[in-house]
Amino acid sequence: MKYKSVFDIIGPVMVGPSSSHTAGAVRIGLVARKLFGRKPTWARISFYGSFAETYRGHGTDVAIVAGLLGFDTFDERLPNALEIARAEGVDVSFSAEEAIPHHPNTARLRIGDDEGELELVGISIGGGKIEIVELNGFALKLSGHHPALLIMHNDRYGTIGAVASVLAKQKINIGHMEVSRKEKGKEALMAIEVDQPLTDDLIQELEQLPNIIQVAKLAD
Amino acid sequence: MFRNVAELVALAEKDSIKIAEVMIRQEVEVSGRSREEVIAQMDHHLAVMERAVERGLEGVVSRSGLTGGDAVRMQRYIEGGRFLSGETILDAVSKAMATNEVNAAMGVICATPTAGAAGVVPGTLFAVKEKLRPTRMEMIEFLFTAGAFGYIVANNASISGAAGGCQAEVGSAAGMAAAALVELAGGTPAQAAEAMAIALKNMLGLVCDPVAGLVEVPCVKRNAMGAANAMIAADMALAGIKSRIPCDEVIEAMYRIGAAMPVALKETAQGGLAATPTGRAIAARIFGASAASK
Repeated sequence: MKYKSVFDIIGPVMVGPSSSHTAGAVRIGLVARKLFGRKPTWARISFYGSFAETYRGHGTDVAIVAGLLGFDTFDERLPNALEIARAEGVDVSFSAEEAIPHHPNTARLRIGDDEGELELVGISIGGGKIEIVELNGFALKLSGHHPALLIMHNDRYGTIGAVASVLAKQKINIGHMEVSRKEKGKEALMAIEVDQPLTDDLIQELEQLPNIIQVAKLAD
Repeated sequence: MFRNVAELVALAEKDSIKIAEVMIRQEVEVSGRSREEVIAQMDHHLAVMERAVERGLEGVVSRSGLTGGDAVRMQRYIEGGRFLSGETILDAVSKAMATNEVNAAMGVICATPTAGAAGVVPGTLFAVKEKLRPTRMEMIEFLFTAGAFGYIVANNASISGAAGGCQAEVGSAAGMAAAALVELAGGTPAQAAEAMAIALKNMLGLVCDPVAGLVEVPCVKRNAMGAANAMIAADMALAGIKSRIPCDEVIEAMYRIGAAMPVALKETAQGGLAATPTGRAIAARIFGASAASK
């Protein structure tokens, strides 16, 4: 079941005009912001499919930037997100891509600052719900509706087990987990959705495990 | 957990409870939150809907200037007393448009099941309020009932115009509203399912063809007619009229039609009303000639 809650149907409370093209877009931007962990100084946003055709009419561009600024779907500052970003020194640009995406409402976000970069592909599947399908080149599936961890690590035996053990010790239940890698023995990614909130202590403990490169928290 | 309308109706009948109650119990179980919290959140969503209707009835205009003011126009016409259909149904039409006019103006609304279709459910609810005099809890239950049917459509078909056309948005909303109206008026769970089936059947094939890609034309008026459709479907079901095609099969048909629908008619602003000479001229006026020639 893609939709689990009645509030996916009677909701979200949001600034109009489109749940998939405005509220969903805000949430894609918010996920990127949370994964990046801070406000980016630049953002390159590419739209595909229906997003590419209608993003200006639906305020999809404004909505993604609102998410990058940390605004939620019902934030009344949302319509002014582009002006606010400019005032705060965030350089944003948009492009409409011709390529036919797997899902009609697809956005690719590249964001960054002097310290680093992040690239993410999100899809808006209707009613304001989203999925994150790609992060830094890795394919994945995150609903964005549960606390989640993204762990970049070296592809070595025992690493996944060690992470799971830390979670088990803290009584954190894994609801969904994916592992992927670009090449055997090289950089790999764990995407883990859990049922309980994730504390900073837990993140630190995970970061100290062998073969862990980076841990990002994605609170709900 | 119910997966389809047949299971939802069976659950309600087994315990002799409302569909709203089935939905509340499931939400408590799935979310792990308390019953009070779940009801309080729906109460908040109801309040957002109420404010959106009020704001729309005060009169709003969208940034493009394409929509706004029709909700008010309809209220004045009702006051004139020379209408052809009926006062309650026209009130539903007006309040559905009020909500969507606020949505188009980038105001705060509650998506039901989407923002583009947000007018139908509150429009019908606030229109029958005077006649049925529901308690606050009954109004909250109306939203849970509508949500239960929408949940089934979302999981078995689609509630996205980009994936299934307007039938998936205003069509789903009309079905949800029809079912909730039946329950609020004292009909049985089975009658609610009939109302959903009748309403949705009459929305099948409806394309999503927003002029200039804006959720304005024809969305505001499609919400108006979705609300009218829901009211009639509810009355038909309450009269004992049944759908020959079961509700779950209507939902399945809607899904298949959506999959077969060309991309030009699924929220891409490339076909239908968006591709008419006037539709293109509006797009050119708002975005410039390059956007309109696509």
